[in-house]
Amino acid sequence: MNGAQDIGGQMGFGPVNPEKDEPYFHASWEKRALGLTLAAGGMGHWNIDESRHARESLHPADYYSSSYYEIWTKALEVLLQRHGFITPEELKQGRSLGKGAEPKRVLKAENVAAALAKGGPCDRPVEQAPLFKAGDRVRTRNFNPETHTRLPRYARGKVGFVEAVRDGFVFPDSNAHGLGENPQYVYTVVFHGPEIWGEGADPTLTLSIDAWESYLELA
Amino acid sequence: MSHDHDHPHDNELDPMAARVRALETILTEKGLVDPKAIDAIVETYETKIGPRNGAKVVAKAWVDPEFNAWLRRDATAAIASLSYTGRQGEHMQAVFNTPETHNLVVCTLCSCYPWSVLGLPPVWYKSPPYRSRAVIDPRGVLAEFDLILPDTMNIRVWDSTAELRYLIIPLRPEGTEGWSEEQLAELVTRDSMIGTGLARVPEAA
Repeated sequence: MNGAQDIGGQMGFGPVNPEKDEPYFHASWEKRALGLTLAAGGMGHWNIDESRHARESLHPADYYSSSYYEIWTKALEVLLQRHGFITPEELKQGRSLGKGAEPKRVLKAENVAAALAKGGPCDRPVEQAPLFKAGDRVRTRNFNPETHTRLPRYARGKVGFVEAVRDGFVFPDSNAHGLGENPQYVYTVVFHGPEIWGEGADPTLTLSIDAWESYLELA
Repeated sequence: MSHDHDHPHDNELDPMAARVRALETILTEKGLVDPKAIDAIVETYETKIGPRNGAKVVAKAWVDPEFNAWLRRDATAAIASLSYTGRQGEHMQAVFNTPETHNLVVCTLCSCYPWSVLGLPPVWYKSPPYRSRAVIDPRGVLAEFDLILPDTMNIRVWDSTAELRYLIIPLRPEGTEGWSEEQLAELVTRDSMIGTGLARVPEAA
């Protein structure tokens, strides 16, 4: 979706302002928000693509005025309600008002180390051969789905070349919506700066995205 | 009013602290999350997984040609051989700076970052100024990190739009011949592995 998250090339946000010796967390609640998000995700009722889509579906005004852990927390509330674990009334009252959906599993403290060390690999075998090979000139598709996609707007309808053919990976555009993993090959596609940014672009710049096969056609 | 620690008197919590506490309370009462699991997650990312992991990968790549070749061929396996695995590091790619090309990593669409080797990302990495500008004005962004590259140097920006996670291998500083891996790792900053910095130059003897 052309949501608030898709900001490559957008202007007006000001300087980066890196913080010297930045701590991992700026408030205690950020720690709990991180842990809650990972622990609730550990129930196994949604995937990373659905999580990302919940975050980018926040109203743009809300998204831009929220810190990242705020965005995570707000999206987590959406996911928990969508999957029947909590109700708006419970959020309002700050306490449980009864039983909700039954979790597939609950992440216990003693299993955290193993769960984090295992992660969530999303490479998958793909039966057919890759459509493209390194060196191919390709054009990204120009589409504007209202649903989740990982092809940024700045890189749509642009010509680049395939630098690397990666493994097959879960296709986020369908997986985010419960429509299956439908794995596809991923390609690292490189663009010359001026192809993306046009007049005045830095001629020393090249830019790459990792694109699922169905984002691409031969140019 | 903002607090940097939790209090029992909830009426003084700032709105986000109250909101997150409410959510944790509900989920704990329902038996959906284990608060001790949250403690364990936080402790892992505060004490066990951070940019020192990545620095060791870089230092080993500088001194060990076989490891260097393995890292280029199969970064996930090479990095796993140092026991750095797991969440947001499942599919690693190592990117080597050269005298001709400087590399920079961003995630314009969210905040994808190689947690297994760099830990949790800094706020600036997740924030709109960096995410929006790294792709269109990388030199301007780097200048804000006090990194001015020669006009002739090529810049390659990697937008992490899929599940590959990129670790930049900065150039080894001159004047470090004969240094041990441990000494070299001290020169490898977090930012040098994102591309917003270079490895530190050893202080003049």
